[in-house]
Amino acid sequence: MLGDGSLERFRREGRIVVVGASLAGLRAAETLRDQGFAGSLTMIGAEPHEPYDRPPLSKQVLLGRASADRTALPRRRSVDANWRLGVPATGLDMAAKRVRLADGDEVPYDRLLISTGVRSRPWPHEDQAELDGVFVLRTRDDGAALARRLAEGPRRVLVIGAGFTGSEIASACCERGLAVTVAERGASPLVGALGGVVGAVAAELQREHGVDLRCGVMVTALEGDASGRVRAAQLSDGSTVEADVVIVSLGATRNTEWLAGSGLAAGPRGIACDAGCRAFDIRGIVTDDVYAAGDVARCPHPLFGYQFLSLEHWGNAVSQAGIAAHNMLSESTDRLPHMDVPAFWSAQFGVNIKSVGAPSLGTEILVAQGSLKEHRFVGVYGYQGRVIGAVAFDQARWLPFYQELIERTAPFPPPFPTVDRRSDGQRPVDADFPDPSVPTHGPTVTLSGYSPADRRMTFTPAH
Amino acid sequence: MTQSPLHRILDFANRADPYPVYEELRKTPVYHEDDGPYVISTYYEIRSLLHDPRISSDARNLSSATRDPLAGPDQEDMALPPSFLRLDPPEHDRLRRMTNRHFGPPHSPHRVDGMRAELHGIVSGLVDGIGDPGRIDLVEQFSYPFPVTVICRLLGVPREDEARFHTWADTIAASLDPDPDADPAERGRGAHDARTQLGMYLAGLIEERRRNPGDDMLSELATAKGPDGTMSTMELLSTAALLLIAGHETTVNLVTNGMLTLLRHPEVLQRLRADPRLAVPVVEELLRFEPPVQLLPQRTTLADVEVHGVNIPKGASLWLVLASGNRDPRRFGDPDRFDPDREDIQHLGFGSGIHSCFGAPLARLEAQLALSELARRLENPRLLEDPPPYRRNAVLRGPRHLHIACDGIRA
Ligand SMILES: Cc1cc2nc3c(=O)[nH]c(=O)nc-3n(C[C@H](O)[C@H](O)[C@H](O)COP(=O)(O)OP(=O)(O)OC[C@H]3O[C@@H](n4cnc5c(N)ncnc54)[C@H](O)[C@@H]3O)c2cc1C
Ligand code: HEM
Repeated sequence: MLGDGSLERFRREGRIVVVGASLAGLRAAETLRDQGFAGSLTMIGAEPHEPYDRPPLSKQVLLGRASADRTALPRRRSVDANWRLGVPATGLDMAAKRVRLADGDEVPYDRLLISTGVRSRPWPHEDQAELDGVFVLRTRDDGAALARRLAEGPRRVLVIGAGFTGSEIASACCERGLAVTVAERGASPLVGALGGVVGAVAAELQREHGVDLRCGVMVTALEGDASGRVRAAQLSDGSTVEADVVIVSLGATRNTEWLAGSGLAAGPRGIACDAGCRAFDIRGIVTDDVYAAGDVARCPHPLFGYQFLSLEHWGNAVSQAGIAAHNMLSESTDRLPHMDVPAFWSAQFGVNIKSVGAPSLGTEILVAQGSLKEHRFVGVYGYQGRVIGAVAFDQARWLPFYQELIERTAPFPPPFPTVDRRSDGQRPVDADFPDPSVPTHGPTVTLSGYSPADRRMTFTPAH
Repeated sequence: MTQSPLHRILDFANRADPYPVYEELRKTPVYHEDDGPYVISTYYEIRSLLHDPRISSDARNLSSATRDPLAGPDQEDMALPPSFLRLDPPEHDRLRRMTNRHFGPPHSPHRVDGMRAELHGIVSGLVDGIGDPGRIDLVEQFSYPFPVTVICRLLGVPREDEARFHTWADTIAASLDPDPDADPAERGRGAHDARTQLGMYLAGLIEERRRNPGDDMLSELATAKGPDGTMSTMELLSTAALLLIAGHETTVNLVTNGMLTLLRHPEVLQRLRADPRLAVPVVEELLRFEPPVQLLPQRTTLADVEVHGVNIPKGASLWLVLASGNRDPRRFGDPDRFDPDREDIQHLGFGSGIHSCFGAPLARLEAQLALSELARRLENPRLLEDPPPYRRNAVLRGPRHLHIACDGIRA
């Protein structure tokens, strides 16, 4: 759209379609209206619910402090959209500029935003996954069903996978006074996201709160009773865990199948887009009318040499949504790049964990403040002599400082003293991440090289 | 001869309106002369230093070569160990955490809100007692007694002892505000005596509460056995004294500056009278526009730190001029305008980072209740003197008196 007034016309009477009506989709719609888009806006969502917030699902909802149907996202403004909820998109025709829906409808667009996010990776054995009492946690309905079951007071809960979500679920179960076993293939909880040094602290937290934590093991099979209820799990070390609730928390898969054959550079790692959230096609040519934002997007990031970066972070979904919406309405010279430093938080076992940057890319860690033993510290991650990430356990107020170090690509280890430097923090140690060639489901930050058309499958379910 | 910026901050002649001095100062975001402190005056630089772990609040890290023009009678009694305001982690975090357990969420989410009715009672009692509406000194009759009474109730000081508490607090507060005409030695002795008596009184009260705990904060602090253990009596004394001192002059000035600003902006006062909910944004904007704590003079560098291209050496003293950062045009549009309708108001009035004001929820509530009640009940209020006379103190800045008149006091 050149300076011929066509952008103005588009802003006045164009058609924008958003596929994926959750956090990124809603925030993008709000920004579009905020920035004066007066044309027609259609929100297509696979789930029947109005946009809601997911972080409470593994926290307040499981504790019974909030009900799953009270998680609706606060609206920043009215978006005056045509909502098509409960109808997934099933295909995209980029040439005809149409989105196909499961009910057979086709919705034409001038510009399209894709924010279809991710879904939980299911238990790989379908018959076992269908046993009563086996759950995943991604949606509001998942949260409501699981909360209901936990309220019935199961004898033992088994959580498979101790990434952030699995650990939060285990924490909520403990707080409810339920017996919990956690089975994690890695050496400790959170190891994929934060490495073994910090993982060991997470393990201590779990054990101190009474979790029966089993690391370095895999669940090999789930068993049901005659009535089809789950009753036990077999572990790779030959042991059996009797549990009447099993939560499968093995990470997520990008919702991109519906784009197969569309010609868009979309695959299991997400939709490749440029720093301004414009999607690439499979030839590596950037489109001008298809955008992506949120968990489903993979964008080049200046902090990581413009390698493509995928994030499953709430804050990232919000900021990408804002950038995508702005750019959809802008002349090419007014477009903005998405450059926010990744940031993530989690609440578990009474500790507020927060990270900035990309800890999972670090090779070394320095405990710059506080102490691992007290479970209160700031850990700084180094990669090739520069600071690349930081994590805080109950010390979040310091993180803006470390974020600045990351933005400035400051040298690692940081050469200066700080308040509260202890013996832990005298020198960096190996951050102890699992071998990167062995896939884990833990990290919420992943780099996937320079190729927009990268469609390699990296996750090989080990279960 | 032109004065150095440092002298102009301290110069009493600029007390009523220090903002032009700050504006000038912001042209040199990191100002330093001779062996004085490094003065930081721009928003982003101040904020990032408040989150910088190379900056200490513990005066023991100060190199002796630095001259601090604010050094004077020490503000805390040397007989008591430093309070957490002047400690670094981990001691700071431990004491603040132990105190907060009995003050705010997650363990005591109702402490402050539970005082709402009581605060309202104190405020309306003070307004009832105003007397002659033709000449009111808002400071003496209202702003001053209010926060001391609140801290007494928070700590659980028995009603019959409140009057003594007020006397000590007044003496200590006066010592924070050196009057050049008074004999410094004598003032110092008076303040020292007041601190000693206050300390002894509190020590007695703590003993009493250990034996007969009530549901007040002091009883809880004295008897708690949390994950961090129990505070020693000395720690508890410093903490109680900190709550009193940190919550006193600051709140006085917020309420007084608040009323002064409202009287200078009658349209806002009018809106507040019509809708007491406006008190929330009014108080936030006041904390930006006329912050009671103008600058933090007590930070030290643990390492060489580069700020805005200036290398500040290890052991240097920093002044973080919060009130200047709050008027930084790079952060706030039209910064010299009092505008309670601002949407984005992350002011520095309560500081930021780990030392950010512990009492903020209480301070906010106090100021909101005070200003909305004054707006509602004073009929046609007006300033009798503008600008009012100020206290000498450049750090805890506020009027010494605020003479106003009104046509009557509504019920
Ligand atoms: C239990 C849980 C706890 C979390 N806790 C935290 C936390 O503490 N901190 C943090 O930073 N992040 C957390 N997250 C991650 C955060 O919620 C996500 O980053 C965020 O939801 C991403 O938003 P999104 O809009 O990109 O994707 P999603 O929220 O996944 O939304 C995508 C939407 O698209 C819909 N959709 C999918 N396919 C189609 C289709 N073909 N047609 C139409 N619609 C489709 C989906 O149904 C879904 O509603 C948590 C996530 C979960 C599940
Ligand atoms: C309008 C009123 C107030 C203002 C403007 C104010 C301002 C501030 C500021 C700027 C700081 C930061 C000091 C620093 O960083 O060195 C601070 C700290 C503090 N304030 Fe307040 N304050 C107010 C009221 C109160 C009240 C009512 C209380 C007590 C109940 C209180 C208790 C404290 C304490 C204990 C600290 C030290 C916190 C720490 O070091 O962690 N304040 N205040």
